[in-house]
Amino acid sequence: MSSYHDPFDALFALQRALDARLASDWMGAGTTAGGSYPPVNIFQQGDDFVVVVELPGVAKSDLSIEAKENAIRIAGKKEVTYQEDASIHRRERIRGVFDRTIAIPIQIDPDRIRAEYRDGVLALFIPRAELEKPRTIKIT
Amino acid sequence: MATDHELQVQRKREVETKEESTMPARLFQPQTDIFETSEALTLVLEMPGVDKGSVEVKVENDVLNIEGRVDFSKYEGLQPLYTEYNVGHYARSFRLSSKIEQEGISAELKDGVMTLVLPKAEKAKARKIKVT
Repeated sequence: MSSYHDPFDALFALQRALDARLASDWMGAGTTAGGSYPPVNIFQQGDDFVVVVELPGVAKSDLSIEAKENAIRIAGKKEVTYQEDASIHRRERIRGVFDRTIAIPIQIDPDRIRAEYRDGVLALFIPRAELEKPRTIKIT
Repeated sequence: MATDHELQVQRKREVETKEESTMPARLFQPQTDIFETSEALTLVLEMPGVDKGSVEVKVENDVLNIEGRVDFSKYEGLQPLYTEYNVGHYARSFRLSSKIEQEGISAELKDGVMTLVLPKAEKAKARKIKVT
């Protein structure tokens, strides 16, 4: 992306880039089911990975994240409450529990994963395992 | 309340309007709960990624317009590998069924969920009718 872009064009470009990798085969076949809650987006940032998950209405304290080898488990509950004496016009928000494991098809360093949760969006910063990093080979 | 059932993915809905928008980017409709009490109308809208400073709420001709903008600059330098959802700004409008005290509208944003309380105007409040 150029630095002199129209912000709307930049958003459109991002939306197209996301669409292009929709349910791509990067995760490999059959490891973990796509289409379970919550939906995830996986990005590459330099050598490392970023997983972004939208979890609106999930309190940080109701969210648990575990990592083991190359698998990351995201579990928790989403609560929706209504006022007692209110009459309901529309009910679209969903509530319930979730438990999803995603397997990164590349060796990662599970001990150095960093998680950020803000405004209902969870971002997991996942470093690639040292041994997986490309090395420059010196010609002697 | 029991909350032990498993959550299913709710696909994001794109905004469909009669008028064509001038910008090519897609907009999404926040999932919304609306309930009414004798004093106010409350809307709860899911807008993940929207922070306090990026929401606009307007009432015009009895139509409530809500807009939430996401900070997509966070995605700069990220190259998508595998995706399951798209991101974009949020917009939704509702025709109000009762008169609202515009000055009294309050909004609270927490974990990507905005709670909007629209107090009813005095004359729009329901009166209890005594049966004599």
